[in-house]
Amino acid sequence: MTRQRHRVRTGPLMTPAVGMLLVWMIVPLLMTLWFSAQRYNLLDPGGTAFAGLENYRDLVTGRALWVAMGNTLLLVGAVLAITLAGGTLLAVLLDREFPGRNICRLLVIAPFFVMPTVSALVWKNMLMNPVFGLIAWITRSLGLGAPDFFATAPLAAIILIVAWEWTPFAVLILLPALQSLSKEQREAARMDGAGAAAMFLHVELPHLRRPMAVVAMIETIFFLSLFAEIYVTTAGGPGLASTNLAYLIFQDALFEWDVGLASAGGVVAIALANVVAIFLMRVVGRTLEAER
Amino acid sequence: MLKKAAAGACAVLILYLLYQPRRERELTIGTVNNADMILMQRLSGEFERETGIRLSWVVLGESILRQRLTVDISTGGSTFDIITIGSYETPLWAARGWLTPLDGLGPGYDYEDIFDVIRQGLSHQGRLYAAPFYGESSFTYYRKDLFEKAGLRMPDQPSYEQIRRFAARLHDPGRNVYGICLRGEPGWGQNVAYLSTLMHTFGGRWFDMDWRPQLRSPAWTEAVSFYVDVLRAYGPPGVTTDGHNETRALYANGNCAMWVDSTAAAGYILDPNQSRVSRTTGFARAPVARVANGSAWVWSWALAIPKSSPKTSMAKEFVKWATSRRYAALVGERYGWMLAPPGTRKSTYESPEYQRAAPFAGLVRDAILTADFTRPSALPAPYVGIQYVMIPEFQAIGAVVGQEISAALTGSATVEQALALAQQEAERIMRRGGYLK
Amino acid sequence: MRTKWALAAAGWMAAGAMFFPLLWMFLTSFKTEITAVATPPALIFKPTLDNYAAVLERADYAQFAANSVVVALGSTLLALAVAIPAAYSMAFFPTRRTRGVLLWMLSTKMLPAVGVLVPIFLLWRRFGLLDTRIGLVLINSASVLPIVVWMLFSYFREVPREILEACRMDGATPREELFHVLLPLSKPGITATALLSIILCWNEAFWSLNLTTVRAATLTVFTASFSSPEGLFWAKLSAASTLATAPILIFGWISQRQFARGLSFGAVK
Repeated sequence: MTRQRHRVRTGPLMTPAVGMLLVWMIVPLLMTLWFSAQRYNLLDPGGTAFAGLENYRDLVTGRALWVAMGNTLLLVGAVLAITLAGGTLLAVLLDREFPGRNICRLLVIAPFFVMPTVSALVWKNMLMNPVFGLIAWITRSLGLGAPDFFATAPLAAIILIVAWEWTPFAVLILLPALQSLSKEQREAARMDGAGAAAMFLHVELPHLRRPMAVVAMIETIFFLSLFAEIYVTTAGGPGLASTNLAYLIFQDALFEWDVGLASAGGVVAIALANVVAIFLMRVVGRTLEAER
Repeated sequence: MLKKAAAGACAVLILYLLYQPRRERELTIGTVNNADMILMQRLSGEFERETGIRLSWVVLGESILRQRLTVDISTGGSTFDIITIGSYETPLWAARGWLTPLDGLGPGYDYEDIFDVIRQGLSHQGRLYAAPFYGESSFTYYRKDLFEKAGLRMPDQPSYEQIRRFAARLHDPGRNVYGICLRGEPGWGQNVAYLSTLMHTFGGRWFDMDWRPQLRSPAWTEAVSFYVDVLRAYGPPGVTTDGHNETRALYANGNCAMWVDSTAAAGYILDPNQSRVSRTTGFARAPVARVANGSAWVWSWALAIPKSSPKTSMAKEFVKWATSRRYAALVGERYGWMLAPPGTRKSTYESPEYQRAAPFAGLVRDAILTADFTRPSALPAPYVGIQYVMIPEFQAIGAVVGQEISAALTGSATVEQALALAQQEAERIMRRGGYLK
Repeated sequence: MRTKWALAAAGWMAAGAMFFPLLWMFLTSFKTEITAVATPPALIFKPTLDNYAAVLERADYAQFAANSVVVALGSTLLALAVAIPAAYSMAFFPTRRTRGVLLWMLSTKMLPAVGVLVPIFLLWRRFGLLDTRIGLVLINSASVLPIVVWMLFSYFREVPREILEACRMDGATPREELFHVLLPLSKPGITATALLSIILCWNEAFWSLNLTTVRAATLTVFTASFSSPEGLFWAKLSAASTLATAPILIFGWISQRQFARGLSFGAVK
């Protein structure tokens, strides 16, 4: 990198983006910080009053915050693992030649284009419903009884729905990456006597490292603030079994109308997001930069 | 050429983005997607033709609508001219000065025709702040065919012990018929509404006279244990995600032998186009356990006008139209009297057409008239409201109590554990609200 | 040959499993409410268009759809206009802070929207942006901006520097360099980024529900009004969902090749 390049003024180029995000981020952030130190309930006629750290104290001493944090991380981790594994398998499958491959590809990527609320409603009402649902009908016909997903394994059910939505995204990114693997590389591996398994492990998988990092990065960003799927299906329950941070804040803000408490939750969520972001940059960022 | 076309398209896009004229003679109405409101929307063309006022509808699910309206009105958003709220919000919001009083709708409106208990529920300091669109209580739906086959008879006033026995006898999961369906979805308007009546009839109360939550009292334990036992043994699977609408679908589809829920569903359950049990359904009063106080709820959905709306007089026109006697008759003519908005006007219940079309009419009227929301508990209590407590904090308390009880319903916590956690959370909320030190 | 058919079987089974929920929704939209909940599920039935008629009678689909299109396109254009210079600057003139700025941008995306609902609502009311398409465009473009910047940044970094350097030697200004060299070179990347942004904006539900009422309401609001009404609602919900999903699904299918080409993050040589 030459010194000379630094003479281009980056300021004007960066200003619009940084400015827009600053306004979008800082103004609400400052307001959030301010509200988090207030006693402010939307339904309370008394207006606001300074509360100091009271909101944080109530938040930290409550049980909900810690459960929600655990659920958030579990949700991110599990969906990430499933979509990466499933996406890789599907991509490898769709990379092979077989009749109707192009149509299959269209069908596989379809769920990604569907609104999260619609996906969740379809799964909840038409597939997983233990009385009217298709899955219950199948298991009942097999004499297994009807599983009640949202009561017995709410978080797993949500993980399944989200994984279904996002596996196509992994396929979208991994498949072209696989297809870019040159014929020569494959031929060379085959000459060396690599079977299908060895080919996958030693040629294809290493080639996918970088696109997989990209998938992980983008998905994590979305999964940290996952909300619609929980709202539509379990409403965070039963108990706190499927409450994540985003949902907890929602509940404080829009059930309790407790802007103070919700804002304190928001500040905690921002902190968690930054911790995860730094961690991600460490792990994923290195992969991304390694090949430069 | 292509560039020009692209630039043109962009220009059109930007113009459309920015061009949003405000129409003067237009009202924005926020309402719930309940069946009666959907009828109102379908009939509103009449109003538009009569008055030349255009109506724009925002029709949402109950919980989303409530959130949306509360954010709007509490921050003075003024995006709605007419809102649909219930007897819980109306007095609270009126006390904040957020609503326009509706006691001047003119001589033709006939306030005396509205049931007293409904009118009281929508008033603050003696003034009406929301006009009732329909009212409801709760009662028992049951399947006459199944009862007959089993040689059972539903009394006019069942007790909860009887309900338990009936449920045990009629429970037949192999044929997809469950003994009893009750709301299980967490939420203050869902499982908590039902549980609140159950707890009250078991002799309990939400708060003592010092506003200390009473969730660990014996009545609560007994009521919740009953609820959990009965639903786990004789309820449908998936009950923790079943709210009013889902249980209604279950019952309408013939999957429940009994259902204790809102009286407002009765017209639809008897409508053969929307239900498979229209010919086989019977009705009884809400069951009682120990005391009659609070054994059935009373609620009304009503139309109100936010103070922030600049179109008060036009909005009043619509409110008057949609809640008048004439409107009930219009529904009766167009869609059949059975679907006329129930539970608000004496005249509806006195009309021979309605009595003929709606066999449940007398039972519903009695249920509404006897549900005394000013005396919800047999014990002294500082609050009014049967399936809710009329304080702002109740939404939050209802949310956490509902969550904990649904955990008990799935078996991931015992009833005692669930109630202990609920008590703890309720105390925290009451402390934050300044009721407790 | 055997493996080929085995592959085909596996491929079709996987595709069927992934697509089945949507197919089921589509089929349900043509059933009556009573057959929609029938057990055993009805596979053969007399299709009806009643649900579509009922849905269209209740809501002005065309207006919701037009709002969705305009808001998704508008947000994407605005985000690209703001992001391209920033990504260009970060990719070709990195400073010590670049990494930090990028990280910060991405972290704004992780913030749960509901945490800032009340502040945003108050601001939007203050500036008269409630229930306006432009208000929705502003918030959507801000919320996709981090992803857009990051994707463009990754794409730009793959452009061989020699080409840009050669231009500079010829005396091109950064502006000329950006518009006449870099943008044409990275068309696939920009297209893919735009497509992703359009999809994300189209499916955005939280802000469209909370910041609009009628005039600017998008298709996500349209589906919300059918999401859980009283009585049997599966068939009508399916019809509404199909109407809301079909445009973006068809759009996604048509553009998937462009999408794939630009999303490969330099893995494609």
